[in-house]
Amino acid sequence: MITLTVPPTFAGWRSAARKALQEGIPPGEILWEEAGGDAPLLDLFTLEPALPASIQSPVRVPPAFMELAKRVACHRAPTRWAILYRALWRITHGEPHLLDVFVDSDVHQLMGMDKAVRRDVHKMRAFVRFREVTHPEGVWSVAWFEPAHLIVELNASFFVDRFAGMRWSILTPDRCVHWDGESLGFSPGVDRSAAPGEDAVEDLWRTYYSHIFNPARVKIHAMQAEMPKHYWKNLPEAALIPDLLRAAPGRVAEMLSRSLIKSAPAESRETIISEVADWESLKESASTCQACPLYKNATQTVFGEGPRSARIVLLGEQPGDQEDIQGRPFVGPAGQLLDRALTEAGIDRKECYVTNSVKHFKWEPRGKRRIHEKPNKTEVSACKPWWKAELALVRPSVLICLGATAAQTVFDRDVRVLAERGTVVETVHAAKTLITVHPSSLLRISDPEQREHAYRRFVEDLTLVL
Amino acid sequence: MTLDSKLSILADAAKYDASCASSGTTKRNSREGGIGSTTGAGICHSYTPDGRCVSLLKILLTNYCIYDCLYCINRASSGVQRARFTVEEVVNLTLDFYRRNYIEGLFLSSGIIRNPDYTMESVVEVARRLRVDHGFRGYIHLKTIPEASPALIAEAGRWADRLSINVELATQPDLDRLAPEKNLQRIETSMGAIKGRIDEFKTERKKFSNAPPFAPAGQSTQMIVGATGATDSAILNQASHLYGKHRLRRVYYSAFSPIPDASNKLPLASPPMVREHRLYQADWLLRFYGFQVSELAGETAPNLDLAVDPKMAWALRNPAEFPVNINRAPRETLLRVPGLGVRNVDRILAIRRWHRLRVDDLVRLRVSLKKTLPFIEVADHRPSLIGPALPAPAPFKLKQMDLFGPPVSVASGQL
Repeated sequence: MITLTVPPTFAGWRSAARKALQEGIPPGEILWEEAGGDAPLLDLFTLEPALPASIQSPVRVPPAFMELAKRVACHRAPTRWAILYRALWRITHGEPHLLDVFVDSDVHQLMGMDKAVRRDVHKMRAFVRFREVTHPEGVWSVAWFEPAHLIVELNASFFVDRFAGMRWSILTPDRCVHWDGESLGFSPGVDRSAAPGEDAVEDLWRTYYSHIFNPARVKIHAMQAEMPKHYWKNLPEAALIPDLLRAAPGRVAEMLSRSLIKSAPAESRETIISEVADWESLKESASTCQACPLYKNATQTVFGEGPRSARIVLLGEQPGDQEDIQGRPFVGPAGQLLDRALTEAGIDRKECYVTNSVKHFKWEPRGKRRIHEKPNKTEVSACKPWWKAELALVRPSVLICLGATAAQTVFDRDVRVLAERGTVVETVHAAKTLITVHPSSLLRISDPEQREHAYRRFVEDLTLVL
Repeated sequence: MTLDSKLSILADAAKYDASCASSGTTKRNSREGGIGSTTGAGICHSYTPDGRCVSLLKILLTNYCIYDCLYCINRASSGVQRARFTVEEVVNLTLDFYRRNYIEGLFLSSGIIRNPDYTMESVVEVARRLRVDHGFRGYIHLKTIPEASPALIAEAGRWADRLSINVELATQPDLDRLAPEKNLQRIETSMGAIKGRIDEFKTERKKFSNAPPFAPAGQSTQMIVGATGATDSAILNQASHLYGKHRLRRVYYSAFSPIPDASNKLPLASPPMVREHRLYQADWLLRFYGFQVSELAGETAPNLDLAVDPKMAWALRNPAEFPVNINRAPRETLLRVPGLGVRNVDRILAIRRWHRLRVDDLVRLRVSLKKTLPFIEVADHRPSLIGPALPAPAPFKLKQMDLFGPPVSVASGQL
């Protein structure tokens, strides 16, 4: 077994590999070791008396392999030298086509390293951020970047191509590269504190970043797949991300209330509401809704509640006295009756998403009591985008319309509940859409026998969607 | 108004254009002077929390507009706040951002002010100053106004890498209803003129390496999906027509969210985001996989299946085409196998010259076995449950449910 200690660069590996190949040393007999840091380069082969000094014809390998090796040499994995040599050996010993066989274990590992290096090169081109500092010779642009692999030299010419007329430095922990407008220079890695801390234009860049972002469509995972978190600390705009995310529901709400108050057809409410991609933002936005006058006399917006993965959505008419005070749907007498009926029908309310066609309590005073008043068509249609957005998020397979208001807003036509109750049809909202009575209608029946009969029918209707 | 407030308003106004590509142009660098470079591949310099890439400074010169297209946020009757950049401001902003490596270049669009020529002149002037006065070698994408004079469009192409004219809607009757100022024939005439000049430039470039460029990254367009009753078949046929006739580089699809109470001209149902995604998949199949529109969305089923990707849907409709032998089938057949992309097909073709592929090899190629195995034969696998007798393979049914699976992803279009 021979130990080859090489400087960790492509050139270092190449000269050692070339000699080893000429000596005919098979890969299994070499142990590759990296010479530490900036240690002076040694004439490695004089240190290895085991090697006979015979000279053979120069080695010929496909150019594609050398290009690949140049990039793989920039990978940080210490195993790369041995794998490169093994592949080189195989290519020169009867497998010239080796690189075609992507599924070969050596090729697969090399391709994996190559991919990582190419990605890192690409990310450096994307995420380097220059900051301008004054310098005796004029403006100098300085960037701090932390590459995953040893790519500074590999990437230098890209930045020269792009910023040849500027003077700049890119500082990294491994290696720094400098361009003075005429020539390229490299120096050892430095600490982050050597880089400038700010640049006046970054404020404008952050303005652009926050405004080209659409707060109604948060897709944080899609962002992180391409811009992983470890890059964030060196990107001026990334400092905004937590705030942008936190403020997103509020911004959506503000956009909404602005468009609602103006009631201009332009930034239409439904356009905006339907773009709100998460439930929390939706609820927050609804809490400021002024699309119809009902918000004036109600205590608060009563939004839907229940698991977002619910199979069943129950849509009622509007919150009542209790719901208005507690801010939760179906918690008053009708809600309790509904819970009982659901249990008897074999449905767990906890697994249902429960909401209303109208989100504010409409009432008229009678003595000291607030008496329910039926919402009119304008109010029902003003509230329509909300339940539609809720359904778009939950995507239930079952939608139960409780009462005429719910059925009419869902089916967009006059529905006579008593005639059509108990029918299950497919709609754009759910595969099974059921029309039945509102539980509060049961409470209004004074005759106990009739009420019991009506209750039985209600439970029967509910079982239709099981 | 401060530059910062203008930037806020005019970036807000620009974000509804889907394109942010900076790829496909000629290679340039600044070693002989000026600033900037292009390599042919695009670079995304940042990503916003909505998952979108930030490659270009994408802004409007102004969001004042005399047109009143019903689907547009900047239309004349809209209540949004208005602002207007000066040419100088856009030029400086672009250069300031570019020097700090925030962007690949500029995507400039504009509302129509006064008249089309006046607007186009200002847009072209920004590009001219960047190129001529500052030697800018980065990427420039200009939105072209079809009604502008041919001389202005010619100048736009002289400075820009890419030109685009948005078709917006697939058919003229749809345009008549929603965008009365837009005329499909005029748009196509403009596209045709641009194509002519691009072809001219390509021929010239072969003879003289210093021939003046004309939109070397070609032209693109955007279509709104779901604003009218246009089917996927109509949309894809229009796209295919534009790709073929005017050699467009890209057609972008943008899902529209309707305005029910404002106008009875607009539909009530909102198109699911996933429809936009399926259209992009179908678009790829047309351009890189040898599919015809009629195979994906035909007369009997004019809309793409939202639950299954279009290639899978085609495979399920055509069980007689399967199983495909991975070790023998020609490239064009392999491209039609669900779960195999162009890259892996080419890898398979290279590998099989040296040994027969097995299931393990597919794993190493990161092929989705669940998707692919029911449709293929490899050295150690034959599908048992597929054949002309079985229209839908049993193992796939599970997968189908899986695709229906997480409801939120379907709603949001994240796949």
